[in-house]
Amino acid sequence: MPDASFDAAADAPSPAAKGAARRAPALRLRWSSVFNHGVLIFGVFLMMGPVVIAFTSSTFDPIAIHRDGLKLGWGGEFLSTYDTVLFEKSGFTKEVNGLLMLFNSMVMGLGFAIGKVVVSILAAYAIVYFRFRGATVCFWVIFSTLLLPLEVRILPSYEVVQSLGLLNTYTGLIVPLIASATGTFFFRQFFKSVPEELLEAARIDGANWWRFLVDILVPLSRTMIAAIFIIMFVVGWNQYLWPTLMTTEEGYFTIVRGIKQIMQVWIGANIPAYNEALALAVLAMLPPVLIVVIFQRMFIKGLVETEK
Amino acid sequence: MTPADGSRGGVPTLEITGAVKRYANGHLAVKGVDLHADEGEFVVFVGPSGCGKSTLLRMIAGLESVTEGEVRLKGRVVNDVEPADRDIAMVFQNYALYPHMSVYDNLAYGLRNRKIPKPEIDRRVREAAEMLQIGEYLARKPGALSGGQRQRVAMGRCIVRDPAIFLFDEPLSNLDAKLRTQMRLEIRRLQRRLGVAAVYVTHDQVEAMTLADRIVVLNGGRVEQIGAPVEVYNAPASTFVASFIGAPAMNLFPAEAEGGAIRVDGGSAPAPARARGAVTAGLRPEKARLVPAGGGLPFTVETVEELGATRLVHGHVGAASFVVSLEAGVSPPGETCAVTADPADVHLFDRGSGARL
Amino acid sequence: MKKVQFSGIAPPLLLIAPQMAIVVIFFLWPAAEAVRTSFFIQDPFFGRAVFVGFDNYVNAVTRSDYLRSAAFTGVFVTAICAISLGFGLLFAVCADEVLRGEGPYKTLLMWVYAIAPPVAGLIGVMLFDQHIGPLVDFFAFFGWELQTGVDYWDTAFAMTVVAAWKQIPYNFIFFLSGLQGIPRSLREAAAIDCRSPARRFWTVVFPLLAPTSFFLLVINITYAFFETFGVIDVMLKGEPGNNPVSLVYKVYLDGFRGQDLGGSSAQSVILMVGVMLLTVVQFRFIERRVHYA
Repeated sequence: MPDASFDAAADAPSPAAKGAARRAPALRLRWSSVFNHGVLIFGVFLMMGPVVIAFTSSTFDPIAIHRDGLKLGWGGEFLSTYDTVLFEKSGFTKEVNGLLMLFNSMVMGLGFAIGKVVVSILAAYAIVYFRFRGATVCFWVIFSTLLLPLEVRILPSYEVVQSLGLLNTYTGLIVPLIASATGTFFFRQFFKSVPEELLEAARIDGANWWRFLVDILVPLSRTMIAAIFIIMFVVGWNQYLWPTLMTTEEGYFTIVRGIKQIMQVWIGANIPAYNEALALAVLAMLPPVLIVVIFQRMFIKGLVETEK
Repeated sequence: MTPADGSRGGVPTLEITGAVKRYANGHLAVKGVDLHADEGEFVVFVGPSGCGKSTLLRMIAGLESVTEGEVRLKGRVVNDVEPADRDIAMVFQNYALYPHMSVYDNLAYGLRNRKIPKPEIDRRVREAAEMLQIGEYLARKPGALSGGQRQRVAMGRCIVRDPAIFLFDEPLSNLDAKLRTQMRLEIRRLQRRLGVAAVYVTHDQVEAMTLADRIVVLNGGRVEQIGAPVEVYNAPASTFVASFIGAPAMNLFPAEAEGGAIRVDGGSAPAPARARGAVTAGLRPEKARLVPAGGGLPFTVETVEELGATRLVHGHVGAASFVVSLEAGVSPPGETCAVTADPADVHLFDRGSGARL
Repeated sequence: MKKVQFSGIAPPLLLIAPQMAIVVIFFLWPAAEAVRTSFFIQDPFFGRAVFVGFDNYVNAVTRSDYLRSAAFTGVFVTAICAISLGFGLLFAVCADEVLRGEGPYKTLLMWVYAIAPPVAGLIGVMLFDQHIGPLVDFFAFFGWELQTGVDYWDTAFAMTVVAAWKQIPYNFIFFLSGLQGIPRSLREAAAIDCRSPARRFWTVVFPLLAPTSFFLLVINITYAFFETFGVIDVMLKGEPGNNPVSLVYKVYLDGFRGQDLGGSSAQSVILMVGVMLLTVVQFRFIERRVHYA
């Protein structure tokens, strides 16, 4: 990757060098290799199995599932089930369908990721590149948020958002979640690792603080920004507790929030719509899973390097 | 500092008077330095790490504030002038090329910020690229270039600015030995051709000797000596300079000066008649001669290093280790022998202060 | 911080303002509110708050359902950490050893990370369902009649399995990257010094993974405490009844269902202190980790 051309990056072990490390006597290699593959295949089965069976079952009709249990294979009800889940208005108000929930989730995921990246970059830039009175206080206030996850302060957070009139709004859904300083922390670490000479060279080249941010620092952080964006999109998309509290109008339900509604409908039903519940689950996991798989390399890099 | 050295009249390109750098934590990095660089002159700051040479350079660039004293560029006091407005250009140790920009944009960035018209930028970039033979790499990113090519781009970034002075901060320390020699010559040639003054920081005395019109030897935030390379080599102002300039380093050993001779362990060798009493004597390995025992200062051969063109004979004079450089094929006259030299080649220093006598 | 910085007061304040506003409004204020509320009880008739000192704390921690929930949380967290760290390490070691197919294995083993906890919970509900769940049939084969949702410990078992399953990929990713960060020369030196691969692993490789393991332990504890909310909520179908609940879930239950604001806040504050301690430990460890590197 030519854009990550700091000298530090050159120290990372190259994939080519790795293979040579694993030379072992041929015979032992064979047995240990059988063992390794065996364990990994078991692992794949363990991790994939539940999801595969959830998907295949969603293509059967509920009566068949109720009679025989969850099913492997192709049930032939794929189109009708997913059509119902995506397009048919359901819920108590008959106002919400899967498509709307997917849309809300997309707003949530993108809003959260964009908001977090922008706010964090600006704050981290101020903390790392400026000396100003109150910097230390700001730093500690911001990083104190790392101490307390939302889950332990849900009730008062809810009350604050309620008193601001933000229940059942996208703002109320997204902005309070940005309070956590994880993103700021990541960017602070990254900016600190940017060689100081770049700033000095830029100053000699006549760049002011805004130009340095826009011309040098942001382009330089591209990979980092993309990685954090992906992680934050997944985190935002997967939010559950906060949307559950915040949204009482079904029009604002995200698809993950919608899972809870499915469970409510389930209770008391004679033969629950297993297939639709599973189809909803598949739809809810599809976008984040696709993003993680497609951008796997970047995702892992972001995860491993930022969590340090 | 001698006022006579090299001033060719007119305003010097760079003039530093009484420069002091004190950091917020109280650390004194530069303790009062005076020097100047004339138009087209190549000045090298040399010294061990922590001697303040980089700090001094960064004060010239405006990357460090000046605590006391004045920095003048072409007669203008620039203490409070932004780096971008100082009419300087700088090559950094790790080049500090913008990794996300092409070579072209790296060269052009500073000019764009100065609102120079596009055709003019293009002309300057192409001219500099041609001069440095990096024309074919203009579209590449720095990451796709070799160390030597990056070095050239860093220099190109300086050239396009057409500055009053070039500043180099140990620019060759990231290159391997062979490339370093080559780039050293290129830098010198280029600077001569452009006729722009340069200040160059290094800890490598070979670079200092080969590049400089004038060497500034720094130690502990102070100037130890300023002078032409030959001057510094032939008449080091202190034991520090004597040990720092020249390779292998000058032999320094305690001796008794007796007006025209020095005496160690019952042996004696001719020396300048300037001093009497306990001194530190200095003798360069290549100026020392080995003679049969009794003909000079007693010397016992311990090991001989073969370098091809020369051989280095290691031993002791008194308690101090001592090296003699012999021509290839010449052997020491015996296991036990003596060291002597022409009196003009023997340096005498004050044993307490280390100052030249 | 950087040696060279920009000066001026307006730009940094402007830059930091959005983050500070959000933190103050949506973090500091609620956190302070939680602490304040924890010292009051809400008068149900007049809607007034009455100051009661530490009564809420004393009530909270002495109530039998709180202690029961705390005990369950302890078991739950321990089991999740053990299972997910164990499998994560096992898969990482094997993936690091295989010469061919590392890429596909890596992808197939990690992508479950992207599944939201409640979605995992939903699949778990199905798999452990009395009527349709294949896992119930599986355990019945060994003579264990699982009664998820009815039997306390059976439900606990199902929740633990689902929550741990969801966390395996995360641990796998970190262990694998930790393993691949061990210098080749070190492994070669170990191969010369020690013949048994197993012994080599436990005496050389595993100690070098210690920083990663410790970091993951902290992360997994945090996960098991807080992020399992979705798993629990969905698997209990929102109706806890007599089923096990974690401490975090209980904060939610008492606050939103039970309307016991003071008690819920007191429980929140207790958890806050716990997380702070955990974070302090983590930060100290991060300092040591620099030393390792």
